[in-house]
Amino acid sequence: MNLLEISKLSLRIGAFEALKGVDLSVNVGEIRALVGESGSGKSMTALSIMKLLPTGARTEGQIRFDGKDLLATSEADMCRLRGNEIGMVFQEPMTALNPVKTIGEQVAEGIRLHTGATRAIAEEQTRAILDRVGLPSAKFPLSRYPHELSGGQRQRVVIAIACALKPRLLIADEPTTALDVVLQAQILELLQSLVDEERMGLLLISHDLAVVADMAHSITVLRHGEVMDNGETAQILTEQTHPYTRQLARASMHVPERSPEHPHHAANNGPLLAIRDLSRTYPGRRIGLFGRDPEFTAVDNVSFDIKPGQSTALVGRSGCGKSTLARMVLALDRPTSGQIHFAGRRIDELTQNDLRPVRQNMQVVFQDPYGSFNPRHKAERLVSEPLFLIDRELSAKEKRDRVDRALERVGIPRADKDKYSHEFSGGQRQRLAIARAIITEPKLIVADEPVSALDVSIRAQILDLFADLNDRLGIAYLFITHDLAVARAITDTVMVMSEGKIVEHGKTDEILLHPRSEAGRALVKASPDLHKALARRIGEQG
Amino acid sequence: MLNYISKRVLIGILTLLAASIVVFIMLEIVPGDPARLMLGMNATEDAVQALQQQMGLDQPLLTRYFSWIGGLLVGDFGKSYTYSVPVLNLITERIAVSLPLALISLFLSTIIAIPVGLFSAARRGTLADSGTMGIAQIGVAIPNFWFALLLVYVFAVTLRLVPAGGFPGWNAGLWAGFKSLILPSIALGLPQAAILARVTRSALLDVLGEDYIRTARAKGLSRRKVLYRHALRNALIPILTILGLQFAFLLAGTIIIENVFYLPGLGRLVFQAITQRDLIVVEGVVMLLVATVILVNLLVDLSYALVDPRLRGRS
Amino acid sequence: MSAPTEWQANISKAFSNRSFVIGLIITVLLLLMAIVSLFWTPYAVGSFDILGKLKGSSSAHWLGTDHFGRDILSMIMVGSRNSIAVALVSVLIGAGIGVPLGLWAAARGGIIDEALMRFNDLVFAFPALLSAVMITAVFGPGAINAIIAIGIFNIPVFARVARGSALSLWPREYILAARASGKGIARITVEHILPNMMNILVVQGTIQFSLGILAEAGLSYVGLGSQPPMPSWGRMLFEAQTMIGLAPHMALYPGLAIVITVLGLNLLGDGLRDVLDPKMRRERS
Repeated sequence: MNLLEISKLSLRIGAFEALKGVDLSVNVGEIRALVGESGSGKSMTALSIMKLLPTGARTEGQIRFDGKDLLATSEADMCRLRGNEIGMVFQEPMTALNPVKTIGEQVAEGIRLHTGATRAIAEEQTRAILDRVGLPSAKFPLSRYPHELSGGQRQRVVIAIACALKPRLLIADEPTTALDVVLQAQILELLQSLVDEERMGLLLISHDLAVVADMAHSITVLRHGEVMDNGETAQILTEQTHPYTRQLARASMHVPERSPEHPHHAANNGPLLAIRDLSRTYPGRRIGLFGRDPEFTAVDNVSFDIKPGQSTALVGRSGCGKSTLARMVLALDRPTSGQIHFAGRRIDELTQNDLRPVRQNMQVVFQDPYGSFNPRHKAERLVSEPLFLIDRELSAKEKRDRVDRALERVGIPRADKDKYSHEFSGGQRQRLAIARAIITEPKLIVADEPVSALDVSIRAQILDLFADLNDRLGIAYLFITHDLAVARAITDTVMVMSEGKIVEHGKTDEILLHPRSEAGRALVKASPDLHKALARRIGEQG
Repeated sequence: MLNYISKRVLIGILTLLAASIVVFIMLEIVPGDPARLMLGMNATEDAVQALQQQMGLDQPLLTRYFSWIGGLLVGDFGKSYTYSVPVLNLITERIAVSLPLALISLFLSTIIAIPVGLFSAARRGTLADSGTMGIAQIGVAIPNFWFALLLVYVFAVTLRLVPAGGFPGWNAGLWAGFKSLILPSIALGLPQAAILARVTRSALLDVLGEDYIRTARAKGLSRRKVLYRHALRNALIPILTILGLQFAFLLAGTIIIENVFYLPGLGRLVFQAITQRDLIVVEGVVMLLVATVILVNLLVDLSYALVDPRLRGRS
Repeated sequence: MSAPTEWQANISKAFSNRSFVIGLIITVLLLLMAIVSLFWTPYAVGSFDILGKLKGSSSAHWLGTDHFGRDILSMIMVGSRNSIAVALVSVLIGAGIGVPLGLWAAARGGIIDEALMRFNDLVFAFPALLSAVMITAVFGPGAINAIIAIGIFNIPVFARVARGSALSLWPREYILAARASGKGIARITVEHILPNMMNILVVQGTIQFSLGILAEAGLSYVGLGSQPPMPSWGRMLFEAQTMIGLAPHMALYPGLAIVITVLGLNLLGDGLRDVLDPKMRRERS
């Protein structure tokens, strides 16, 4: 008998059918991945098992845990199961812990609740489990508060809470999505070892096949609340019999076609962007009335060039200074020292007004396709905003023509000009953001994690669009990303950044294959890679 | 932690200083010469001038400000123009009515509102919840002085359970004094309880939507336990904020309520002093009330740090 | 035009919100009453009728008469004008000065922001009623001074709300995009920040309006609001106080007028907040 056996689970929230007859099982000691794009119902499946669904949700079907039908179990009995027999780890470590309670209290709370242990014994167990997840009490005393820990450390605390009583089933809902790749690898490794030790069943939820390919014994693929594909990991990934699985796998390995010879490189009259000895420090926090923490150096003496039409990736872990660097290039922040030259002109000391012609040639695309538009403006106005930079007054017709051309280039029908941003899907919004960026026909686009909030299949399409614009219009890119797959897909050169410094700079293929710096090696090693995972699986099968 | 406290204290002192300047200037531009008012219309010019000199009114503005503020620092509030007694004596006499009134009202408001807020939040969306909040919604709309009139009509005029007004003084016995504060406290406290109950409920509901509540539920805590152990403490910041504001409001509210019940408190004192142009009394009372409000706000700020470890900084 | 706009969606959402509908009906009735009183009242509010004084409800005087024999309904109708005018103008003063201050502080930050916060601390240090008493003590009682007194207290309220929501808007990516398009602080504030906080300002305006009605009533009750012969709800209650044993209806009706008005405005504000607040309350068990 399976540890968890879900059959024909359906879920309605109001009029919305979140799940339609889902079948899923997890065995003792099995790692089952539940993979799907946003809105596929993965999280709802997890919350159904925990019976922590939003009010007004109605379920049908069966969820058997250890033979017992959870849907028919009383709330009081569920309270006894949760945290004791079934543990859960959530996506967002920054908000998953109560800010006003110490980590010790929060871990011990579940232990005392279920075992009735005394304070002292519960504390002893808390210390042991925190030590086990990599937070030894010598360095991380129980009296620490969540805000004193980093995101990765907080996720370890959440895992400690979930695993404190050695549950038989662990549910991890996108446990690493909010973390950078290096932390992701560490957390996945921790989960793997915990599960192996205690022979827990693990239901690992993810939007990305590559993340789970290494770890999961079996995979269930979910789409629009329905199970598409289901089976052993190796079999599912190598045979890819189901078209949707194939689509997901391809999208996650997608590399856009790019013409090998960039005509724009030929015209080599100096770099488009030249950064020299650039630094940015922030004053430390105030202590008392006069004292201050030491200042913090976000960007430390950085120099590099980008040639016209060249596509460059700036990769690094979160907090390495890459976004600060991007903001300085965009003149949204001023450097503490150093110089920025754009098209042969020094720009870091220009006034806002003198920056206008520069900004015309340098635009930006942000990560969040939801936050990057004023919700009150229609697409036409959103896309035409940078036209403000063009000094001469454009006629209404000229403006319209420019908007039409930009929309056409990014593949959005003209008729959609009158829509508000919330009427577009996430992928379409990112196309809009790109249309806004290219409307002034810039020479450089700075893109800060432009595809990391998108589902894999959409991500592949947007990467194609970036590649295509680079080919056709000769726009140079500075791509800020923590995802090496993005760098591999569409850049010519890669810079690896670590603790404010650029530690490695070279051709993309060379660096991704043979990183020399420690930071580069760590990133490459930690990056989920479906190719490698597949190769390994096939090797295992012989 | 020390950083946070020292900043709040410094701000409190600066605010108090700024407030003293505002009060002084405002009352400086009040029409009417206190010396002439004190001596009456028939006084000779010489007598008025002599009194002005005696009161220091002929000194330049800055000198008078500094001697006033210097006096306040050592507890010398000056001498009342009309009663010719130290202002401090008048204030201590009257504060014996106003302070108990404000404190009892605050106490009433708190012990009613927080349980009601918890009750409602725990039963979100039920009939009990909407019923309680409906009553609270009406309570918020009731002006306290009108509520006071209704209470007087029902409990004093019709049922004759308590006095309709007046204050026998604490010398007449603790119970007699307390009895005459019952209706005023209820009139002041209940509408505030309605506000506080609504704030408590909505603060709790906001917190109940947070991710860490789900984490706590996943630990196996029941809804009730989550409410008391995790939500309440996180909801305390908005609740404390409102409590601080309410204390200021209650202090000022005594100005009106004391008029309804003919209570000889600070509010009545200010009123009489204004009509009699006894500016030094007005200045003294206003500064005292402002200082109290600033002190209470400071206490609220400091209690934030007790509730929320993030404000304490790294130790 | 294309798919339903945000506006149309909000309107249909609003009319299915019970608080909003009840609040709107009460508010509209209140405004109608004030407008009608400009042209017509059952009796002239200046007409004394000593013989018919202190009468309870009757078909001639629906809400009875006061100690001078004046018709209470007529006085409530005329008094509503006073309440609305004082509350409305003081909200406009508060928003008109407070919102630009808050926007400015949020946009510039640093010393200007700090100065605004300290100004707020200063105003908040004076309990609202106390500052009203002081202002009317200096400038004399009257509707105008009541407006100023209440308006001054509204300034930091609006400044704080505007500052808070502007601070939460500035880091948004569409603001960064606008900055990358070379737009200056003033232009971004007008084009992007202000329109996106209108919802919150409207809700706050409703709340301050209802608080203004309460404050005006309190001031007139202690004799610091509008002066006779202009009727006001607060003074009607003051006059009722001495008659409470004889004619409780004199205290009842003006008080109910205040309660219903404030209740209506609060319901309207609650309803608006539910409909307009972009921060959707997530529902979880």
